[in-house]
Amino acid sequence: MKGLRKFLDKAKPNFMPGGKYQKFQSVFEGLETFLLTPNTVATSGVHIHDSNDSKRTMTVVILALMPALLFGIYNLGYQHYLAIGDAEAGFCSMFIYGLLALLPKIVVSYAVGLGIEFIGAQLRGHEIQEGFLVTGMLIPMICPINTPVWMIAVATAFAVIFAKEVFGGTGMNIFNVALVTRAVLFFGYPSKMSGDAAFVATDPAFGFGAGQVTDAFSGATPLGQAAIHAGEGAPQLMSIVGEPISTLDAFIGLIPGSVGEVSTLCILIGAALLLITGTASWKIMGSVFVGGFFMAFIANTFASATYPVSMLSPLDQICLGGFAFAAVFMATDPVTGARTETGKYIYGFLIGVLAILIRIYNGGFPEGAMLAVLFMNAFAPTIDYCVVNANINRRLKRAKSTNN
Amino acid sequence: MLSKKNKEVFFNPFSKNNPVIVQVLGICSVLAVTAKLEPALVMGISVTAVLAFANVIISLIRNTIPTNIRIIVQLVVVAALVIIVDQVLKAYNYEVSKALSVFIGLIITNCILMGRLEAFALSNGPWDSFLDGVGNGIGYALILIIVGFFRELLGSGTLLGFQVIPQALYDLGYQNNGLMILPPMALITVACIIWVHRSRNKDLQEN
Repeated sequence: MKGLRKFLDKAKPNFMPGGKYQKFQSVFEGLETFLLTPNTVATSGVHIHDSNDSKRTMTVVILALMPALLFGIYNLGYQHYLAIGDAEAGFCSMFIYGLLALLPKIVVSYAVGLGIEFIGAQLRGHEIQEGFLVTGMLIPMICPINTPVWMIAVATAFAVIFAKEVFGGTGMNIFNVALVTRAVLFFGYPSKMSGDAAFVATDPAFGFGAGQVTDAFSGATPLGQAAIHAGEGAPQLMSIVGEPISTLDAFIGLIPGSVGEVSTLCILIGAALLLITGTASWKIMGSVFVGGFFMAFIANTFASATYPVSMLSPLDQICLGGFAFAAVFMATDPVTGARTETGKYIYGFLIGVLAILIRIYNGGFPEGAMLAVLFMNAFAPTIDYCVVNANINRRLKRAKSTNN
Repeated sequence: MLSKKNKEVFFNPFSKNNPVIVQVLGICSVLAVTAKLEPALVMGISVTAVLAFANVIISLIRNTIPTNIRIIVQLVVVAALVIIVDQVLKAYNYEVSKALSVFIGLIITNCILMGRLEAFALSNGPWDSFLDGVGNGIGYALILIIVGFFRELLGSGTLLGFQVIPQALYDLGYQNNGLMILPPMALITVACIIWVHRSRNKDLQEN
């Protein structure tokens, strides 16, 4: 650490205005504060005496994502070896396969997103913001594994430029950048984003894990199966080789789906970390789950064969698809969410309701969590406005009644 | 024939005073008809024709129109011209006419028309008005064509219906972007044009 500090101190004058590389000042400062804690702690007055900055917040979120990511990687390999009829393959080969399959996507997502942010910061002489640290990890986690790498690059570039940089960069965006990336992919290349061929990696990754797909294989996700289920009674969800899956399987996460979203258990571990460190708002997180339960319960009570997804139990609805992931990591984004305390309840509740509503009653979209969060992102300022105004009116009324 | 003022009247709408990207008029039709290049082209020509002749007609009768009912008179003139254009299209290019559907009829409500008639034709001679109409029509058509070009190229891989992106690229895994065909991308494409245009013309930047 000391060596690093010394090295940075030595290099610093070169990057300051007047130095050799002054053009790269923002890059240097970005790296310096990333490697070592900045030395700017308020020492007097009423401020909180802590060097907590957005980098630390981001790092906590990355840590919270780790369980879901690691499990997702394992599950990639598990589903792959299941598909090629080699379910006995060891833990290690499954994990290595998943890692090899996912790594290019993580690299591309970070390279494209950070590249654009660095260039943007240089051009405008801004400091480099660390907002993409989390976004770059979220993007590969919410995309189906078979999304081609170039599509991820295109969508990431689009989202970073149009959903973030044009609004003024980190902290100024209206919509969640990772979800905009997914939305661009979803509407731009629908054939790669849903259906049977998107969610289970069947090809070998870098020559690792080659094999023939078994005859019984069907790559539809549970929600995808439920959406096309016809007839009375709840749809029987199947794994990719045709064995029934229970709510417990869905909770633990050994089901096909986008990388990070499969395991509700691991997501909840991440959620616990976020809540204990106070990084995410428990009000938003909790109310999303309440809203989802509420809507799923109502839909389940009035279940009909016209909308087969409504026949899933509320618990299944929460465990399947991207609902839990959206609730824990997407809805709680402090930049795009509601900021008033009452507003957070409303915001979260409506996300939960909408996600399940879209999932059940819109046949075109097997999953609604992404659209629900993006939609409520657009309404978050309105919610805040209403809450603030209601408070002003209440206080005015009180002032009047005490004066009279 | 083209005095300095005439030149300004004719060329200004191309860039510095473009009806779409500077005055932000007629956006609705830009969003609606630009998924393919051909309808965009036809729409541009139609609007240019209607705008040029409406400008001339209104300019000719500008001194006899009572001010109180001038909007109604303008509407009647424009509506008559639009119906002529619509019938011609139906007769000679039915496919495009179908693709454009109501948007030819809706030229009547195109803000560019009302804007030019009110702002220019009512106070200028017929020749100047004609140039102004053609200039603004071309300025509008230019934007339509640029937007239509990118949307068709990236959304369908074709231009004017001909395959442009080679099959070899598709075999490598390239796919058309379905989002380009949806209306939001027209808005974003126009925004990009405005972005480029404003950064080249610093005097147009608002604070």
